[in-house]
Amino acid sequence: MNKFFYIKSLSLTTIVLSTVFVPRAVFAADGLDSGDTAWLIVSTALVLMMTLPGLALFYGGLVRSVNVISVLMHCYAIACISSILWFVLGYSLAFGDGGSLNSVIGGFDKAFLAGVSFDTLAGTIPETVFFMFQMTFAIITPALIVGAYVERIKFVHVIWFSGIWLLVVYAPVTHWIWGGGFLATLGVFDFAGGLVVHATAGASSLVIVALLGKRKKFPDDLPPPHNPGLTVIGASLLWVGWFGFNAGSAVASDGAAGMAMVVTHISAATGSLVWLFLEWWQFKKPSLIGTVTGTIAGLATVTPASGFIGPIGGFVCGLLGGIICYYAVNIIREKMKLDDSLDVFAVHGVGGITGTLLIAVFASASLGGVGLEDGMFAQLIRQVAGTVVVVIWSAIITYLIVVALRAVVGLRESEKAEAEGLDYTAHGERSYNL
Amino acid sequence: MKAIVAVVKRHKVDDVIDELRKVPVLGITTWEVLGFGAEPKEDVEIYRGHEYRLRLKPMVLIMSAVTEEMLEGVMNIIRDYGNTGEISAGKIFVLELEDVMRIRTGESGLAGLLRSEQKLETS
Repeated sequence: MNKFFYIKSLSLTTIVLSTVFVPRAVFAADGLDSGDTAWLIVSTALVLMMTLPGLALFYGGLVRSVNVISVLMHCYAIACISSILWFVLGYSLAFGDGGSLNSVIGGFDKAFLAGVSFDTLAGTIPETVFFMFQMTFAIITPALIVGAYVERIKFVHVIWFSGIWLLVVYAPVTHWIWGGGFLATLGVFDFAGGLVVHATAGASSLVIVALLGKRKKFPDDLPPPHNPGLTVIGASLLWVGWFGFNAGSAVASDGAAGMAMVVTHISAATGSLVWLFLEWWQFKKPSLIGTVTGTIAGLATVTPASGFIGPIGGFVCGLLGGIICYYAVNIIREKMKLDDSLDVFAVHGVGGITGTLLIAVFASASLGGVGLEDGMFAQLIRQVAGTVVVVIWSAIITYLIVVALRAVVGLRESEKAEAEGLDYTAHGERSYNL
Repeated sequence: MKAIVAVVKRHKVDDVIDELRKVPVLGITTWEVLGFGAEPKEDVEIYRGHEYRLRLKPMVLIMSAVTEEMLEGVMNIIRDYGNTGEISAGKIFVLELEDVMRIRTGESGLAGLLRSEQKLETS
């Protein structure tokens, strides 16, 4: 539950009120807050920038020079597909009224944005803006999974998987937590998407790589990232965009947004330094790629907590998120031998879950947070329950989608295509025509 | 006439070139190349805690054509300024050179290699 939930309840009430009692235009003029609206429009642009080009460049720099177009194409195509599906059905499933099934899934009432017009409000902002803001989250979440399957997956599988996944994994989970579903009722806190975005993408990544298999040269014979500079540009765009992601999730231009921005930035900086110093200590050299990975770990960790915690909480999120993700990368790759190629689970999944659990501690008023009505322990139980439900749902449904699609459209590129690189074999283009 | 094909470390190549430029009539051509030598093990690079093998080291290959008299001086310059004092500093190969032709004039042999004033001195 977070502010989306209240907004959802509010928006239903206002829409009903406005149709029944008051001329809509008059009501809209009364209820609309231009400051909130302006900030959410900006936030929407910032979050879209996180995927295009932030995440695309972040991932693009980490792969071989013959797979850059493939990775950029994955992110770009997913952005377009998610946008259309969000408009057609996703938004309605996530934020529509599910009637008797409302605790598990929204309905079809807002399919094709039915009933949403110029002056329809969601809280204090136009529902069109709320729809767009949420759409950018629906874009980045399946795009995060790209990092798991790069350099070997069939493009046609990416298209089908991302679209289906958006509707059957992302939309329901969004509804459970932000759309008034059963996890919201239970009181699970997720301000900006530790569970909705990062845990779903992370858990699904592990499942898809288990089915897809490792890259041929993983783990000991891989070529290094082809362009760390691109990765740093991407990470930096993600960092800036994350202000829209977290502070925008206040769905208001207010103190919660301001504090969310503070903790987001502190956690990002702390997470970066944690990786920098851990690598310096372990490998004798502080690496750039490691440092920016720490940034993303810090950002993912603070995401669910951002509107609930104070500055100290932000610092601890960066510290613990950085340390835990640092070791998670090693465990997934070197111990479990899973080729989650760009560490989607270890950084996003583990970070998002860590932050989700830390809410139970740092949301308490004594530690600078907004306060917990039922105390830390009760909240921790809720957070764990929410995490378990979301992770299991994401994993099982992802398994079913991938197995079904593997039978229908195939899953993995040929060995020859993998060796030559997907830029040319799948897209007929080369990243660098020097 | 001899052909010199030398492989030197990237970070030494500017010093070598500056010194070779002081040699009259000398011209050189370079490539950035990858290779391995007699070093005991491959280099590794570490990204996100994972070690990546570097099968080949980046080096610069310098090619030049010289007369018999110039050979030793040019080799010494490459040796002195390309030397890192460490293993895998590179190598200098010397080959017999059959012929040289200056594209602009079509002169060949020694005349193709040397400038006209130089040619007068040697003839």
